[in-house]
Order: sequence, then structure tokens, then C-alpha cells
Amino acid sequence: MNHSNHVVSTAITAESIADSSVVAPEPVAQYALGLGDDALVLAHRLGEWIANAPELEEDVALGNIGLDLLGHARSLLTYAGTAWDKSEDDLAYFRDENEFRSRQLFEQPIGDFAVTIARQLIASVYFAELYRALSRSEDPTLAAIAAKAVKEVDYHVDHSAQWLRRLGLGTEYSHERIQRGLDAMWPFVDELFRADPYATELDGIAVDSEQLRAGFDAVVPLLIVDAGLVVPSGAPAQGGGRLGLHSEALGPMLAEMQVLARAHPGATW
Amino acid sequence: MTSPGDSGGRETWPLWEVFIRSSRGLSHVHAGSLHAPDETMAVRNARDLYTRRAEGVSIWVVRASDITSSDPDAKGEFFESPQGKEYRHASYYKESEAVPHL
Repeated sequence: MNHSNHVVSTAITAESIADSSVVAPEPVAQYALGLGDDALVLAHRLGEWIANAPELEEDVALGNIGLDLLGHARSLLTYAGTAWDKSEDDLAYFRDENEFRSRQLFEQPIGDFAVTIARQLIASVYFAELYRALSRSEDPTLAAIAAKAVKEVDYHVDHSAQWLRRLGLGTEYSHERIQRGLDAMWPFVDELFRADPYATELDGIAVDSEQLRAGFDAVVPLLIVDAGLVVPSGAPAQGGGRLGLHSEALGPMLAEMQVLARAHPGATW
Repeated sequence: MTSPGDSGGRETWPLWEVFIRSSRGLSHVHAGSLHAPDETMAVRNARDLYTRRAEGVSIWVVRASDITSSDPDAKGEFFESPQGKEYRHASYYKESEAVPHL
């Protein structure tokens, strides 16, 4: 491998947060935990595509997106953990289902490729809006994590939008499948833009989820229509992920994600 | 028996050759190949496969079937004829005393 172009990175990482003396104030930690769970759960779902995507190249593409999200999760959970003297691993592997605060979109099973692309489009545009706003947070650590993430999620939006077009305008069969994927994921859109119960006391630090809806609505419906598809209209799902309420999909996913760390506490490799 | 790259009759994505420019001022250099449904996705797949460690500032892709190459079996007539023709190199020539500014 040629490392001659290796860039000395000054971007924030989970390690740099853990090594610093920064301690998240309690309400900020509570807020960061929810954001971290969103990224962690979706990262795990994307990892399920490795060796299962339609082509090897798409395994890598989805894996890359998953790893970017895992990076966001690691930074956010590490930062949250500074408030309680817990590591990112303590938070990821040793909390139970009802302690996870991820919104329900992210835990939905990967379904087929179309479901995954539909979910990823929704998630990526949401993340792009979220991190763009959060990069202006008065909390410098949250702002730095978000500023690094923005560049990554902008690429994720592009990846999903490209696939949406190809599936929507491809064959009759691909069109039908991606429409079905959008229909299946759309009920979970609403929850993303409901007020975050952990953001209420954090004016200027946390992002007001409700404010992000306009940015989402300006982008996603247009992409859907341009791909020859119909913007789904159906009742939103109940939601409540931030309060620990989850669909039946999260439990089995966490069991798989956590089993190794719980069977061999402290194991490293 | 199937050979590497044989699709076994399955409809597959075409093969693309990837060229990466590592920094401004350098040429694009062949980095490898990949499969993608079209040129737009090929650039994206190349980004994911070949530039994850900040290897490049520019990517070119070209459909492998669009590349015309020299025939490896014609190595002799193509590439060995310059042998013994050192006068094709500038270093063959001696500096002439009468010519200034060389």
C-alpha cells in the first residue's frame, strides 16, 4: 500500500475525545446518546449487507456508509460516556433494548436492496440536515463531530439518490420494488422530525428536530418524483424511539450486535 | 468449468478501468478495475474502492471494452525494433563545440 499521500488528520475522532479531558455536561450527554444510538443502529443494519449486496462493489459502498455512521456513533457515544465515566463499548454493548434511544426508522430490517436504498435516502437527507445544523452548536465537541460528519453524509445522499433514480426509472420490476421500499419506510419519517425529549433544555446546543423538516421536504419528495415514483402518503408510525419504545426488530438486532461483547467482556482483537 | 469473470450467463454489470490522479500536476494512473451499471456509478464505486485512504484528487473511468490495446503476442514487432537504435536517444549525441547555448 502506498501511504505517501497519507493526510495527517486533525479531524475529531472517538479516540481524541476519549484522550482529552472534555466532560459532557449531563443534559448534553443525554442528547448525544440518542444521536449516537441512531447512527449505531443504522451502521449495524448496513453491515448486514456485507457479502449480501447485488454486487461486490455495492457490498463495499454500503459497508463504507455503515463505517462512516459507525464513526459518528463512536464519537457521539464516547462523548456521552464522558459524563458517566463509561466507554463507547459500555454504552453500545451493555445497555438493553429499552435503554436504546434510536428512532425506529434505523432499526427496521434491511429488507431487500430497494428497502435499504429507500431507508438510506430518508436517513441520509435527515442526517445531512441534522449535522449541518449541529455543526453550529455552541457545544464545541458536538459541533466538531457534526462538521466532520456533514461531508460524509452528503456523499451518502448522493449514493441513495443515484440508486433511487436507477431503480425508479429502470425496469417495471425495479420500479415496483423501490416504490414498495419507499412505502414501507415512509411511516417512520415523521418520528425523525418530532421534538427530541432530550433537546428541550439545550437551546443553542441541540438541534430542534422540527426545524429540520423543511429541508427534508425540499429535497426528498423532488428526488422521488424525478425518479418517476410516488411520494407515499400513509399514517405515520407511533414512534417513541427516543423514549426507549421500539418495534420488534431492534431486540434481535441488538442480541446479535451485543452477544460477543457480553460473552467475552473486555475481549479485544 | 467457468473462468474468472465468467458470469455464467447471468446478466452482470460491465467492467470499468479506473484511473486515479494522486495529486495536482501528476497524471492519472491505472489503479484497477471494477463493475458498475453505468459510468456515473463507476466513479462512485471507484471512490469507495480506490480513494478511501486519500489516494486521489481525481478519478477517470472508462469502460474496459472501449479500450483498444496492443497485442501481447506482437511484442517483437511492436516493442523490440528500437533495440540497437541508440541514436534515437538524445544521450547518443556528443555536444558539439561549435554550437553555443546547448
